[in-house]
Amino acid sequence: MPGLGTSFGRGGATTFQQDLQHADCILIMGSNMAECHPVGFQWVMEAKARGAEVVHVDPRYTRTSAVATSYVGIRAGSDIAFLGGLINYILEHGREFREYVEAYTNAAVIIDEGFQDTEDLDGFFSGWRQDGHTYDTTTWQYAGMEVHASAGQRESGAVTGEQAHGGHGAHLRHGAPPEQDPSLQHPRCVFQLLKRHYRRYTPELVADLCGCTEDEFVAVAEALCSNSGRERTSAICYAVGWTHHTVGVQIIRAAAIVQLLLGNIGRPGGGILALRGHASIQGSTDIPTLYNILPGYIPMPHAHAHDSLERFLELNTAPSGFWGNMHAYTTSLLKAWWGEHAHAGNEYCFDYLPRLTADHSIYPAVLGMLDGDVHGMLVLGENPAVGSANSGLHRRAMAALDWMVVRDLVETETATFWSTSPEVASGELRTPDIGTEVFFMPAAAHTEKEGSFTNTQRLLQWRHKAVEPPGDCRSELWFTYHLGRIIREKLAASTDPMDEPVQRLQWHYPTSGATADPSADAVLREINGWGPDGSALSAYTELKDDGSTACGCWIYCGCYADETNQPARRTPGSEQSWVAPEWGWAWPANRRILYNRASADPAGRPWSERKRYIWWDQERASWTGEDVPDFVPDKRPDYVPPDGARAQDAIAGDTPFIMQVDGRGWLFAPSGVVDGPLPTHYEPHESPVENLLYAQEWNPARQRFDRPGNRSNGPGDRDAFPFVLTTYRLTEHHTAGGMSRFLPYLSELQPEMFCAVSPELAAERRLVHGGWATITSRRAAIEARVLVTRRLKPMPMGGGVVHQVGLPYHWGTNGLSRGDAANDLFEIVLDPNVHIQEVKAATCDIRPGRSPRGAVS
Amino acid sequence: MSELRSFVTSWPLLRQRSGDPTARGSAARSGHTAALHARTGDADRVVQSVCPYCAVGCGQRVYVKDGAVTQIEGDPDSPISRGRLCPKGSASKSLVTGPQREHRVKYRPPHATEWQELDLDEAMDMIADRIIETRRRTWEWRDDEGRTLRRSLGVVSLGGATLDNEENYCIKKLMTSLGFVTVENQARI
Repeated sequence: MPGLGTSFGRGGATTFQQDLQHADCILIMGSNMAECHPVGFQWVMEAKARGAEVVHVDPRYTRTSAVATSYVGIRAGSDIAFLGGLINYILEHGREFREYVEAYTNAAVIIDEGFQDTEDLDGFFSGWRQDGHTYDTTTWQYAGMEVHASAGQRESGAVTGEQAHGGHGAHLRHGAPPEQDPSLQHPRCVFQLLKRHYRRYTPELVADLCGCTEDEFVAVAEALCSNSGRERTSAICYAVGWTHHTVGVQIIRAAAIVQLLLGNIGRPGGGILALRGHASIQGSTDIPTLYNILPGYIPMPHAHAHDSLERFLELNTAPSGFWGNMHAYTTSLLKAWWGEHAHAGNEYCFDYLPRLTADHSIYPAVLGMLDGDVHGMLVLGENPAVGSANSGLHRRAMAALDWMVVRDLVETETATFWSTSPEVASGELRTPDIGTEVFFMPAAAHTEKEGSFTNTQRLLQWRHKAVEPPGDCRSELWFTYHLGRIIREKLAASTDPMDEPVQRLQWHYPTSGATADPSADAVLREINGWGPDGSALSAYTELKDDGSTACGCWIYCGCYADETNQPARRTPGSEQSWVAPEWGWAWPANRRILYNRASADPAGRPWSERKRYIWWDQERASWTGEDVPDFVPDKRPDYVPPDGARAQDAIAGDTPFIMQVDGRGWLFAPSGVVDGPLPTHYEPHESPVENLLYAQEWNPARQRFDRPGNRSNGPGDRDAFPFVLTTYRLTEHHTAGGMSRFLPYLSELQPEMFCAVSPELAAERRLVHGGWATITSRRAAIEARVLVTRRLKPMPMGGGVVHQVGLPYHWGTNGLSRGDAANDLFEIVLDPNVHIQEVKAATCDIRPGRSPRGAVS
Repeated sequence: MSELRSFVTSWPLLRQRSGDPTARGSAARSGHTAALHARTGDADRVVQSVCPYCAVGCGQRVYVKDGAVTQIEGDPDSPISRGRLCPKGSASKSLVTGPQREHRVKYRPPHATEWQELDLDEAMDMIADRIIETRRRTWEWRDDEGRTLRRSLGVVSLGGATLDNEENYCIKKLMTSLGFVTVENQARI
């Protein structure tokens, strides 16, 4: 989510699904929205019914393509070339929304004189370190600013962009960067750097690199440009088709640049809608079950830099913007966790937090299992034996554990890896040899527990408990609460200082019923936080740095305002405005479109009547409109920060991106992204072709784990693995299948694993529709039924063609509908910002016939 | 008398004469069919919920009778989904009531070839012991340069994107207080 976070300030969708109906053009790319988010797609169809153009750009022709006004097929892994082409087209033809760009983006800012572009260094930016993995980002900074490297930058490569809030330590006089050229002519201003960086991304290059035609590309560019500006807005929707790459964050950054140049952020019918695939994946990042952040995107402390709270705050507090209140957010969190034990005298128990030293994300941890460093694992509603890249390696890693707890509704492949895995079937692993102790704990279903999901548009929606869970089934809340209770009882008498944090943890939630079920409502209230008198806070602006407030997640503060469970609000959509502010509760502060101050011009007037949303009401001296203003409500449009202003007071009245240190949308990202300030086309880590743009083939900062069991299909293997491999989802199944392959209706609708190939590839490899094929990589061989379809087409490339093979990734060995796991084929190779694997573009071979089964002699 | 009357008027030929001349409508309707009605009508209560699959966040209405889920429908009040559900959401009644669900704790001792039964409380106690033991064994107070670590990398937790905010909050809070760093979820897949 740093792609959105570094560009705009927050790692969440900038808009909401219903607002798509107001778009004049919608670009869907990296998503098959009609099939993967079918009910949300109704808002795209509403827009189309109102006359909007709907453009689908994707390697596969899908149901989304079928109902779009236009479809462009591109080679998997060429997204940045396409988006870079759009940026170049906008700039070459002067199609940017000039006033918006000048006022609301960092286009005018002059960058450090030491900065060198990939155009100068053949695929590298300045600052590439001798270690061969990471960048020193010093030369990417704004000119004239004394910049202290943030914690993230100090341990670049070991830290993700989710932690980086940008411009730490940089002081801006009157809210403005020190050196700017409002005419946008200075050769080192962002606008000119952008022009230079993308000038070779011409329609011709896009056609050559992506495999579409120039006309197709230009039509998309025109659709977006002609539907953006004062009177019109365009939206972009994406999903994991963009994140599952070694350049995933940079693809999203490229979309952010397009939308900033066209003036589409913060305005109705505009924005970028990140379409997430799990019910609460946004929520599980906001309140993270992630190693590198604490609730509300506060960084986890690093051993190298954060030996004290004071030092932590010094390195992570932005001088301007809302991250300037890091002290209040952090102190309030520590108070929520350690209560009266946390006070100024002990830095609010900051020392109780464990410290990071490296990338501790799940993939390195799985390798740690194989290496004997990790011994126990809790798996809570996830199925890595099917869902993770190189899933075979994950199953082998599970066999190396001492113990494992699997909590799920059904016996997933992860729960039974020791008996049903392909490695056991082949004889590579023998069940009696596997020493892992496994606890399967049946989970409560969504109808059997109360709690909130945060959906794809940052909206918290409360679910009420309908029935009691059967048998031993329990919620994760029950499991976690009682596990903590038992551990605390066992450690109650300990005098070992390592046990102090858990002994003193605030762990007192009311329980009820025969199973002593903890109250999720009480947990939500703690997430919201309370003030000195113990009453629920209304907004994060009430948080204090003196220990008088407690708050479990500052961006969720307000979700229990007025002592009311706000996510449980259910005023019917038909009884309120189209924004529906009384249905659920959206973070932050119930705002539905983020950065919505940008829907007004610098003086606070709507850009146009047609696109009116939030504006300055001179009489009432406040911002008003359809939504909750994403701005200090009474800050005048002509406000200029006085000398010495800090935090939000240092943000000018005419800059809408209030989380950013300079209040501006970042076309150029001086910090927060470890692999470059501007998105650059690199080939996927495994690609059948060379990079047409630079000598540097791949993202140089991509994260690799070159070791036995995880080898690459390298450039020397292009003859052995000549085809592009991409994965996708089906409407009738859900991710790794635990919630779908075990159900009769869904299994009947999509009964079998298959691979999609074009008629041309089928002819070349003698594949028969309905017959079997074996797909291979250096990691695995799997089999699938063959679906010969024109929905995949050979992409013309350099005089030849590139064939693509599409694989749904839902299947595994268990359930009613069974098949091989597509993820077995992939290498663990990751985006360096977020440690997400590249499973949308790799290479493979495909042959007719089944793969070998049974024991290997 | 009224019984006789209803017996006579239920005769299909008479029913056909009274407004169904082709006998393909009400005249063909059996008593069994006439007695059928939607089970949503029998529900003791209707509970508002949210679909557990993707992140669109469709509203659901859960119909409950005698303490059991009898039907799940789209919630027309939702401004997002307006009553609609996709095939997965429509199958969520079988997700929560189907025979595929496991209702009992299962235990596989090291090297065993079959599951064994295990009491829930005993399982919780054993898991707590495993966590405490592994944590002690893998605890790191300081790194080679003497900097504070106060952690264990020996236990990892994976999963969260299908869970509730309140659950994720408690998982992160507990694991962090125990010094476990690798708390991860599906955001990386």
